Amino acid sequence: MTDSTPDFGLKLHVWGERACFTRPEMKVERVSYDVMTPSAARGIVEAIHWKPAIRWIIDRIHVLKPIRFESIRRNEVGSKIAESSVRSAMRSGRLDELVTVVDEDRQQRAATVLRDVAYVIEAHFERTSKWGLEDNDAKHIDMARRRARSGQCFQRPCLGAREFAADFELIEGDPPPAISESRDLGFMLLDIDFSAGARPVFFRAEMIDGVIEPPRLEDAKAKR
Amino acid sequence: MSAITHRYDFVYLFDVVNGNPNGDPDAGNRPRVDPDTSRGLVTDVCLKRKVRNFVALAKGNVPGFRIYMAEKAILNNSNLEAWTEQGIEPDKKGDYSRLPKDEENARRITRWMCENFFDIRAFGAVMSTDKNAGQVRGPIQLTFAESLDPVSPLEISITRSSVTNERDADKERTMGNKHIVPYGLYRAHGFISARLANDARKGTGFSEEDLSLFWRALGEMFDHDRSAARGEMTARRLIVFEHESDLGNAPAAKLFERVKVSRAPGSDGPPRSFSDYAVTLDEAPLPVGVKALDLI
Repeated sequence: MTDSTPDFGLKLHVWGERACFTRPEMKVERVSYDVMTPSAARGIVEAIHWKPAIRWIIDRIHVLKPIRFESIRRNEVGSKIAESSVRSAMRSGRLDELVTVVDEDRQQRAATVLRDVAYVIEAHFERTSKWGLEDNDAKHIDMARRRARSGQCFQRPCLGAREFAADFELIEGDPPPAISESRDLGFMLLDIDFSAGARPVFFRAEMIDGVIEPPRLEDAKAKR
Repeated sequence: MSAITHRYDFVYLFDVVNGNPNGDPDAGNRPRVDPDTSRGLVTDVCLKRKVRNFVALAKGNVPGFRIYMAEKAILNNSNLEAWTEQGIEPDKKGDYSRLPKDEENARRITRWMCENFFDIRAFGAVMSTDKNAGQVRGPIQLTFAESLDPVSPLEISITRSSVTNERDADKERTMGNKHIVPYGLYRAHGFISARLANDARKGTGFSEEDLSLFWRALGEMFDHDRSAARGEMTARRLIVFEHESDLGNAPAAKLFERVKVSRAPGSDGPPRSFSDYAVTLDEAPLPVGVKALDLI
């Protein structure tokens, strides 16, 4: 326990075979960041417990395994479902026009993904404007910890993409040791600021002895 | 049809004999292999494709079981009325100027898609219902399947006793290649998050009936996916852990550890059939609220 995480902190060990935290500048042929982004970490915690009354803040990300990459090429579909064509099908009550023929709408894309990853996420939550009378801090942290301890989740958390499922466990004592490596990871996505119309926010990520401490979204270190 | 109320985690085992379960476009369609371990891979999307094809085959045009991501071109009686009604040219994609600003409207569209299309209910879909591409997350999540042992793909050269072009007529025959895995037993893990099916706001309505159809698809889909490239593929085991609660009662990783696949006693050398393996489910009492179902 450090000063910045009072008793409302959560330490979560997450791991998996593969992961892809896609760099926004390389989205078509996906290339993963070297480590988990704070926004992906927040998504994992939210998959276990979240209510509109709280917002999770990622304090630290520990990298437990060496950073290794692998390339995978897959057939993907090129287009999204157009809302206008759904509306016209709803109106006409016919479905045969409403279909995507995947063989004619193919894109082969390669993804450069991480192999054999494990992290410790340290997070705490703060109250939001939707905090109600029935909410209290202890209740939310207990719920999150209870679910993490017994393997419960709202949906299976994933490591950047849903095909890379994440296993997780609650850490009640000291976290396992991080890798003893320091790197400047360059500019990295901190999170998407939804209060400002889904604007991506970046920060200068530094891994010091395997640990990354992201700034808060509203911090001056976060660049928009 | 009521949405499912239990969380499921499952282990799915299938094997291939003298075939290519999933070609790698980066390597000239050779079977996918993990370069670090030489184990064979089958991607999640490859398995989902087969599930979709099976459902399309089994349910044909049953209302509510259409498949949105269709594989073969569908012969339409072109239905221009709907388009003209909208005043949209058919070659125009997602018209972003007329987005449903209203969340309720967007949700109605999504709900209607979920009701009509099995693959959207099961796997979710990306729809352009708002600026950042409103997504429906489906309850079913599959991971990459990996072979238990390293596989060594073979390149088989074959000849054809005819030619394509007249100018090659004196050649008399042409050569081609096939890539096969002599034998591989693959293991995939899957998860079904009940909340993404039954949640009032986010749920797709994936129902008990859909679930039994999905299990059936995993069991039978290879039987309807025969081709020269595939060789013999067979679904071998499907072990499902059903949780009492929709959030789950135990960590998935702990449950998956109970399914052990090892070499059968007395079998040595490279594995060449399913009988070279022994699949055991740990007999120790399961965590409270978890049931194991052996569906194949």
